[in-house]
Amino acid sequence: MSLTNLLRIAWQALRRNVTRSILTMLGIIIGVGAVITSMAIGSGAQAAVLAQIESLGANLLVVVPGAITTGGISLGSGSRTTLKLPDVAAIAQTVPDAAGAAPYSQTSAQVVAGGTNWYTVVGGTTPSYTTVRSWSVAQGRFLSQAEVDQAAKVAVLGNTVAQNLFPSGGAVGATVVIKNVPFKVIGVLLAKGQSGFGRDQDDVVMVPITTLLDRLTGQTWVNTIFVSATTPETVPAVVDATERLLRLRHHLTASQPDDFSIRNIADVQQVRLATSQTQALLLAGIAVVSLIVGGIGIMNIMLVSVTERTREIGLRMAVGARGRDILLQFLVEALTLACVGGLIGIAIGLGTAQGTSALGHWPVLVSPFSIVLGFVSSLLVGVVFGFYPAQRAAALDPIVALRYE
Amino acid sequence: MTGDSTTAVYAPAQASDRSRAGGGDPLIEVHDLTKVYGEGAMAVHALRGVSLVVRPGEFVAIMGPSGSGKSTFMHLLGCLDHPTSGSYRLAGQEVSRLSRDDLAAVRNRRIGFVFQSFNLLARTTAQENVELPLLYGSVPREARVRRAQELLQQVGLGDRLGFRPSELSGGQQQRVAIARALANGAPLLMADEPTGNLDSASSAEIMTLFRHLNRNEGITVIVVTHDVNIAAWSERVVTFKDGLIVDDRPSAEAVPLAAREAATRAASEEVRA
Repeated sequence: MSLTNLLRIAWQALRRNVTRSILTMLGIIIGVGAVITSMAIGSGAQAAVLAQIESLGANLLVVVPGAITTGGISLGSGSRTTLKLPDVAAIAQTVPDAAGAAPYSQTSAQVVAGGTNWYTVVGGTTPSYTTVRSWSVAQGRFLSQAEVDQAAKVAVLGNTVAQNLFPSGGAVGATVVIKNVPFKVIGVLLAKGQSGFGRDQDDVVMVPITTLLDRLTGQTWVNTIFVSATTPETVPAVVDATERLLRLRHHLTASQPDDFSIRNIADVQQVRLATSQTQALLLAGIAVVSLIVGGIGIMNIMLVSVTERTREIGLRMAVGARGRDILLQFLVEALTLACVGGLIGIAIGLGTAQGTSALGHWPVLVSPFSIVLGFVSSLLVGVVFGFYPAQRAAALDPIVALRYE
Repeated sequence: MTGDSTTAVYAPAQASDRSRAGGGDPLIEVHDLTKVYGEGAMAVHALRGVSLVVRPGEFVAIMGPSGSGKSTFMHLLGCLDHPTSGSYRLAGQEVSRLSRDDLAAVRNRRIGFVFQSFNLLARTTAQENVELPLLYGSVPREARVRRAQELLQQVGLGDRLGFRPSELSGGQQQRVAIARALANGAPLLMADEPTGNLDSASSAEIMTLFRHLNRNEGITVIVVTHDVNIAAWSERVVTFKDGLIVDDRPSAEAVPLAAREAATRAASEEVRA
């Protein structure tokens, strides 16, 4: 019996009971749809996390002051005042494999431009900030070293701030007033979007660190030092070298703990990446379970079908069908069910992925691999769960089958 | 065309040897056939040693009460089952020890079945039903369609090719089944109570068709029946009882004259109609 004939027989058999065929396929449709959707959401989430790691800056380390503990009361991380500007320069110059180091301190303030104003974060830093955080300007330029040295009254606006203060453009060259100090706007940063934690990174104004400390906060220490390593592999070495350097500079003896802490942001993001991978695995697990349930559905209906068509099987055997012909007939029928179900499932999976992205604003990424995987797994389910009923049909005794009522 | 194997399969079975007395090699040669179901004390001896020779072109009726072993014998003759012991040569080939698949091939090439309940595939056209044995005989599509149409023409259903069983009368359904039985050019037709589900008019129609196929196409026909009026159409009546053949003689002796006359009358009416 040729494959064409087998397919034709299977197709006719399935068309005889369309409702039942569709209900049988439902499990496979849902299973394959779930495979496609879960993989699209999983890889979308991973791509988003990777993009966030990129946006943080390459191989970024964050040095923050340690906690003050007096009389048994700890004031929490960042409360010490030991990180100073010369520490930043020392790290940049002496730590091998450090691509750059930039201080960062911030305060909140009302920023006024002519008739409009905006409450935002004012951050102070140095020119290295652009390389360390992989951030550049959209218009104008960033702070220069000379402006930092002179504590110049210049500012670079984040995209959100520029949009709100200068809705019709013309930010560069204008003057903004922060805490009664006029600043000349020299640039606007590229839009960076939300941080991994939902904060708008563009809602910021950047000024020279020296200007911030001298004129806006009156502090003599910095809140944060961003250090970037040259490559992901050198990150641990940079952590060690920075720690040793700062201990030396802060005159800590061997018995004293660090008065600062170094956080590897990439590590945090790696954890998030692993989490999203776990989520994707979980979804894939659900998809596998529904595929198995779908397969059991096919097996059930094929068993019913074999029983219902016992006389037909007997007749086919009487006119010359061999066991193999009957086996193939029912196997092809199960495969056709699984295959058509798989194709519908792929269509529905793609639709659901698009819908999720459009309605839920979730990042989704459909890979051709997931489509192939969905289709292959539906075929596999068809073969695995179609085999037993087909074998039962093939093993029937023609006499018993012909007499079956 | 003539050299191609499929044509050979279609060729009507060996031209009938009208002079039946001793003419031609036997089509069926059964020797001391037994069939036992179950084992030990539970064993049922359905056949206890049956021998029978049927020559090509014979029209045989097999009779006997239920439980006499005639159905079991029919299954063995039809290559649907293996005997417990004994030999069975069909067209010169020993088939009693063949594998399941080889038996299927023998059924496909040498035997056409006609059942009491027609056993047509529902929701499948008459033509496709007739094509079924050809499908398993791997006959190419075009030849299959041509052969099926020819056969339906031959049984008088040339205008019903696309009809489904539910759209045909009982007699018409049985004629489709006969066309199907003839599809692979089998020399042997086996019918199990072929008129059991038909009224007397349709019965006469079907038996006339069998007689026609037997006399004009040289096809050997074996009919299992408990109805003497059906046996009247045959030329030889074999009677079973308790797993043995107890009687085997020409129908002229086995069947009452009235039944034979009724058959002849019905046949001539069918031919006129």
